[in-house]
Amino acid sequence: MAEKVYAGKTVSVTDDGYLTDPNQWTKEIAIEIAREEGIELTDKHFAVIDFIREKTLKGEALTIRTIGKSGVVDTKGFYELFPGAPLKKASRIAGIAKPSSCV
Amino acid sequence: MANALEHPIKKVMIICAKANIEDVYAALVMANGAVMEGIEAKVFFTFFGLDAITKNQMKKLHTATVGNPGLRMPGGLPFPTILGMLPGVEAGVSAMMKSQMEKLGIPPVDEFLELITAGGGEIYACKLAVEMFGLKKEDFSEHVKDIITIGQFYELAAGEGTQIIFV
Repeated sequence: MAEKVYAGKTVSVTDDGYLTDPNQWTKEIAIEIAREEGIELTDKHFAVIDFIREKTLKGEALTIRTIGKSGVVDTKGFYELFPGAPLKKASRIAGIAKPSSCV
Repeated sequence: MANALEHPIKKVMIICAKANIEDVYAALVMANGAVMEGIEAKVFFTFFGLDAITKNQMKKLHTATVGNPGLRMPGGLPFPTILGMLPGVEAGVSAMMKSQMEKLGIPPVDEFLELITAGGGEIYACKLAVEMFGLKKEDFSEHVKDIITIGQFYELAAGEGTQIIFV
């Protein structure tokens, strides 16, 4: 567990950089975490992040498949928005825990 | 951890030679899991594994109810081989397995192939096996990129940090 300053706010993060408390998250924090991942956030990114936060805070498990079927973005689009490891990157930027899904 | 950072896996080449549900899904989960982690993934289907990417067969995969010591009755008792021989039992057991997977959010084979290719993964059919079974390009799922030889497979495997996995 560590502390980090994003957008002038001190937040606690895990060793691999995920916010431990999703309530500490703000859009400004998201923009700065995204820059660390080499991503400049657009409205499209935020639409996906909002969906991820909404589902996660309701306690639903997220997979690439559910995001691909969300109607917000398709699977290919999701990979394009968050290149490399989309579910991990998007989760980190969305201020939620590291994904634990195998599919 | 230090080793993980210095020598990450960059590419997995997965070979699937069997048509059982469990073998095909092992290959698909590993391929999709790699793509999800940003690892390049290519899957090479050969011999009976071709069923998983053949349009007419991919939705009808079975698990073996004869000669499968891991198979148990719903309560945990051993599954008698003689029961597995009866008509319809294998289909029933296979349908149960598929519905169990669907509950866990594991997609059917065609959708799984779509997930993998959407993430940049590639699916190949083995030329030798394709010729052996008398199949053609159009018999395969649209997600199959090409029919290639084992030599081409090794060419695609080239590079540091590649792992070859046989299922």
